[in-house]
Amino acid sequence: MNYGIVSQEQLEQIEDILYQKLVKFGVDSVIIIDMAGNVITVKDNGKNKYNIYSFAALAAGNFATVDAMAKLVGETEFSLLFHKGQDSNIHFSKIDDELLLISMFGKDISLGFLRLNVVEAIEQIRKVWARQG
Amino acid sequence: MPDFVCPYVWKKVETGGGKLSFINLKDKVVQVKIVYYGPGRCGKTTNLEYINRKFRDQIQSEMVSLKTHGDRTLFFDFLPFDLGQIKGYEIKIQLYTVPGQVRYNSTRKLVLKGVDGIVFVADVMEKQREKNIRSLNQLHENLQSYKESIFKIPLIMQYNKVDLKEYGIPVLPTFVLQQDLNSRLQVPYFEASAITGYNVVATLKKIISSTVVSIQKKLL
Repeated sequence: MNYGIVSQEQLEQIEDILYQKLVKFGVDSVIIIDMAGNVITVKDNGKNKYNIYSFAALAAGNFATVDAMAKLVGETEFSLLFHKGQDSNIHFSKIDDELLLISMFGKDISLGFLRLNVVEAIEQIRKVWARQG
Repeated sequence: MPDFVCPYVWKKVETGGGKLSFINLKDKVVQVKIVYYGPGRCGKTTNLEYINRKFRDQIQSEMVSLKTHGDRTLFFDFLPFDLGQIKGYEIKIQLYTVPGQVRYNSTRKLVLKGVDGIVFVADVMEKQREKNIRSLNQLHENLQSYKESIFKIPLIMQYNKVDLKEYGIPVLPTFVLQQDLNSRLQVPYFEASAITGYNVVATLKKIISSTVVSIQKKLL
């Protein structure tokens, strides 16, 4: 998937998908990053106070490490990457070989519900990306 | 940076050797990834720690260090800061180090992904001569695995620990280091002492300007 150039309109559509599918249902924050640790876009409920650039660098490293571990044990990938905390949880999902979608959510949402919505959001995002020139 | 009249928000820009950087045209943000590379215990993390202390007032976020109990870098250090604006574009510098130990090459490779500029930190101690050369050769190979070229990517040499001379520790003269490491590359170099801060900022300024110029060239 070529994601090199994304128009303002496409980015707004992607942000809208993130809002409609995830933030609206109570996900605190959704970030799309690339595998090098760059932040592509962020959508949140306005309450996040952490440094997203440090977060993106660590998240890219974390994902790459888990991916490399999967390959070591003969898996193509571990499809579920999820960290559970007392108050907040982080879920990672691959959009394509270069992009990651990371959702941060609290106790009010179940993992299953989140995963369903993430899958739908990613399908829609891929369609938007596929339309680029 | 040139003034864009462009309907696109994200532009992936070739910056040499097939490298692509992200420029956010909507928010006018350029994210620049600079990696400090070199053999184990050469002073990569010490460089970042000095920069972090020196510019504490301008750096809003904490330095992130993933290290072992023995204070050796396990994965990377990460230090982000804002450089300010160039032609209306906000430049976000992201400094990384790699783990220097030989056995961590797979993690070194991961950190190099998407790199825009590199500082190669060499250890001037005589006994480290071989390790410097081996590390540089491996950098060359690692970059090739991302279809990058060590001859094209912005690169600065830093000959670190020159202060050790004063303590009677045998160090390599600069011309030997130049011969060993920089005879083909011909990149700018600095003698430095990360622990005292000597030429740490000069190295940083040089790699930032080389990297920004390289990105700029590709945009023009």
